[in-house]
Amino acid sequence: MPYIPHTEADVAEMLAVIGVSSIDDLFCEVPENLRLAPGSLDIPNALDEPKLYAHLLDLASKNVDLSKVTCFLGAGIYDRYIPASVGAVISRGEFLTAYTPYQPEASQGYLQAIYEFQTMVAELYGCDIANASMYDGATSMAEAAIMSTSLNKRQKVVVSEAVHPHYRQVLDTYCWSMDIEVVTQKSSNGLTTEFTEEEAACYIVQYPNFFGSIEDLAAVRAACDKNGSAMIVVSDPVACALLKPPGHFGADIVVGEGQPMGVPMGLGGPGVGLFACKKDLIRFIPGRIVGKTKEVHGDKPGYVMTLRTREQDIRREKATSNICTNEALMALANTVYMIALGKNGMRSIAENSVRNAQYMISELDKIGIGAMTNKVFCEFVVTLPKDAEWVCGAMLDKGILAGLPLGKYYEGPPNTLLVCTTELRTKNQIDTYVSALKEVLA
Amino acid sequence: MRQTTVPEPKLIFEKSRAGRVGCNLPKCDTPAVDLSSILGETRVDLHLPEIAELDLLRHFTNLSHINYGIETGFYPLGSCTMKYNPKINETTARMTGFANLHPLQPVETIPGALEILHGVQSILCQVTGFDYITLQPLAGAHGEMTCLMLVRAYFESRGEGQKRKIVLVPDSAHGTNPASAARCGYDVKSIPTDAEGNTNLAVLTQVLEEIGDQVAALMLTNPSTLGLFEPNIEKICKMIHDAGGQVFCDGANMNAMVGTTRPGDHGFDCMHLNLHKTFSTPHGGGGPGCGAIGLQKHLEPFLPKPVIRTESGKIIADEDRPHSIGRVAGFYGQFLMEVRAYTYLMAYGKENMHRISKFAVLNANYVRARLKEVLPPAHDRPCMHECILTAEKYKKEKGVRALDISKRLIDYGFHPATNYFPLIVPECFMIEPTETENKETLDEFCDALIAICHEAETDPSLLHNAPSTKIVGRLDETLAVKQLDVRWIPGAENKEYTRLRQAIS
Repeated sequence: MPYIPHTEADVAEMLAVIGVSSIDDLFCEVPENLRLAPGSLDIPNALDEPKLYAHLLDLASKNVDLSKVTCFLGAGIYDRYIPASVGAVISRGEFLTAYTPYQPEASQGYLQAIYEFQTMVAELYGCDIANASMYDGATSMAEAAIMSTSLNKRQKVVVSEAVHPHYRQVLDTYCWSMDIEVVTQKSSNGLTTEFTEEEAACYIVQYPNFFGSIEDLAAVRAACDKNGSAMIVVSDPVACALLKPPGHFGADIVVGEGQPMGVPMGLGGPGVGLFACKKDLIRFIPGRIVGKTKEVHGDKPGYVMTLRTREQDIRREKATSNICTNEALMALANTVYMIALGKNGMRSIAENSVRNAQYMISELDKIGIGAMTNKVFCEFVVTLPKDAEWVCGAMLDKGILAGLPLGKYYEGPPNTLLVCTTELRTKNQIDTYVSALKEVLA
Repeated sequence: MRQTTVPEPKLIFEKSRAGRVGCNLPKCDTPAVDLSSILGETRVDLHLPEIAELDLLRHFTNLSHINYGIETGFYPLGSCTMKYNPKINETTARMTGFANLHPLQPVETIPGALEILHGVQSILCQVTGFDYITLQPLAGAHGEMTCLMLVRAYFESRGEGQKRKIVLVPDSAHGTNPASAARCGYDVKSIPTDAEGNTNLAVLTQVLEEIGDQVAALMLTNPSTLGLFEPNIEKICKMIHDAGGQVFCDGANMNAMVGTTRPGDHGFDCMHLNLHKTFSTPHGGGGPGCGAIGLQKHLEPFLPKPVIRTESGKIIADEDRPHSIGRVAGFYGQFLMEVRAYTYLMAYGKENMHRISKFAVLNANYVRARLKEVLPPAHDRPCMHECILTAEKYKKEKGVRALDISKRLIDYGFHPATNYFPLIVPECFMIEPTETENKETLDEFCDALIAICHEAETDPSLLHNAPSTKIVGRLDETLAVKQLDVRWIPGAENKEYTRLRQAIS
């Protein structure tokens, strides 16, 4: 076996040192009736490396990946360009194959990178502080909601229906298991306008929301102040390079999915959950936080995981969350991405996404397909004269992922479609989409 | 990691110069628009670094030099299964047919991806002995929590949800166990370990007599965190079942059992797996984790959505699940990690799978035998995939703690073992070598530890002051909590940030 380096001589010497005659003797405490004969599992035979490569390539080629079609599908996972430097950094074995930095003296490289990550996530979201990351955007939002219940000891969370439906489903699951009530707030024309629930631990809105629209966060803040609720905003970090960030509206907690910043779509995983908040909430934060400190016996600065008494391995059932692993490697990808693009690049790709969306909205309008609104970041909802699932199928035949049909998620006729344009879409691709759609609908 | 002293690394923010850019940005060919008329108030400030591409690479290459991974050297961190992460897994996970898939594209367009997911599920069903596997959970603790959610849904479906509110957790368990139980609305009761290192059956019997009808589940790690196989496992499962409860297996230590024995055959109802431990997906410096769970048939109706299964010979992603606990993650779980795990499982295959546990256990027992004179095992029994030793005598005689020994290991070029876990072993030293380490490496490591223990006898200050060869010496974790500096803040010359600086510091 290539990954197991033992020679027969090694095994013999090792058994002699241990003082047993066979490896099987070491399993003497496993009741005999529970032991398996080697090779008795009903699984495929081993493949050597060339065959393994060919087998995986064969499986990969069965999929319609985005090198084969043009993607106008967004809804939380975005087709953005990943600079080559990102892959180069996260492939380095010192990062890729490290464990959680429990031993800071041997992990300064990662710890510093995460400190830089926390700084930039907090900056993008306009918040005081950020943690070292969560699993994904959806679980990050659920954790924020649960955190809000411990801030004000209320057992009801209010979430706008204009928040990503999958995120709301994860929230439902988490809250069910903790006996927390979830109330869904209706939206109107794609915007959340009413905040009437009282005794809410938090209000959750998305910015830009699931429909691409820009919620009025000042109004959300006012409602939260009135009701004594925490304000939680789910936010696309790329949009925050251009929009006034949620933290500047006074959001208490801002969460989101870091995938658009240098992480492959990968069928949605692994992504990375972003989590930022006001500084006075730091002791309630779930997950890991990296802090700066100094040597015990000297003056050199260094980085460590800090506020560890919030965490499960120390506080056990009284921890702020059960989260242990975060998404360090993807957080590192985010860090490299934010640096590679920098201040101007982040702003530029955000602006280009807006331009592409505006162009597409106006071109679709010319063929009689109207958008719900054009006050959007890079996604918008259009109403089609036919069933959206059917239209998407026909568009796929023309090599286009046309968007996400919303009939599955919302009440109403099944002909609304959520369309997305990132900075990667070109005028030509948009023109092709519009003429293909015209043909499909003809 | 370099052994020599390197200059103190600057933060990337200190290297920023206005106007620089680290990638060749795309041009936009659609018309310019008036942003404020569309978006309302736009952002005026954005403090992100401006760095050229080469300088970016140097920054991270230099940071990598002060970080330790498996590819740097031996990583005997107990409970973490730091085995080799084969390179072919990285190659396959980067294939465009996997990496460039959108999770919401029509399922008809991802048959190869579904084959991967279904393939991992099928193989893991065989390896664990469970009826079903789901790959939805995003990490180990997330898998534990999902299992307890299934248990809760199961009891709710039987009208016992309100009655069974207690979860039993041995005192040797990982901290995630009680934390996950609390996350599912359960009260936690601790069960002690007996002198031999097994679950204390007398106490368990008594607890079940007193409150058995309130117990939802026992969360048991097998082999235990003491590195010992629980010989009474079948009996324990039966006791819990007789009391009407469920038994969850913490699968953190699955590496000891792969191909040799199956938790599903032991009597467990459900278990979680850490694919990033047992099945070689890289730990990435603390994530992405990858947590599959296995379960028996009676828990199947409650599986999280979507369920990947076959129907009329075709693999489907089933969302129509009326009894499901719902969604636990945004999409399909850690798909690119599943590609890696699948690649790994297929590399071992039917004929080699058992070698994983055999050689992991051989290596652990070898280290245990070589070190027994200087660091005695906590229990006088063969260990499984990891050995738990105690450094108690150095603390008593020389004031040297297990942590000091670990820090000195860094000076010898090794990553430390796990210390102070499990909590019930004094000055605990937990070593998990894994099957992918060769004998020479184990010998060098044991020689180093023997030398360090000798230093502890003769010159304890060497250990107290360790590490002394790294970029930083031992760091002050108390100060980190006291001063709470968790982000960089631009200098005072930047007026916009003066407010924030004052607010935070």
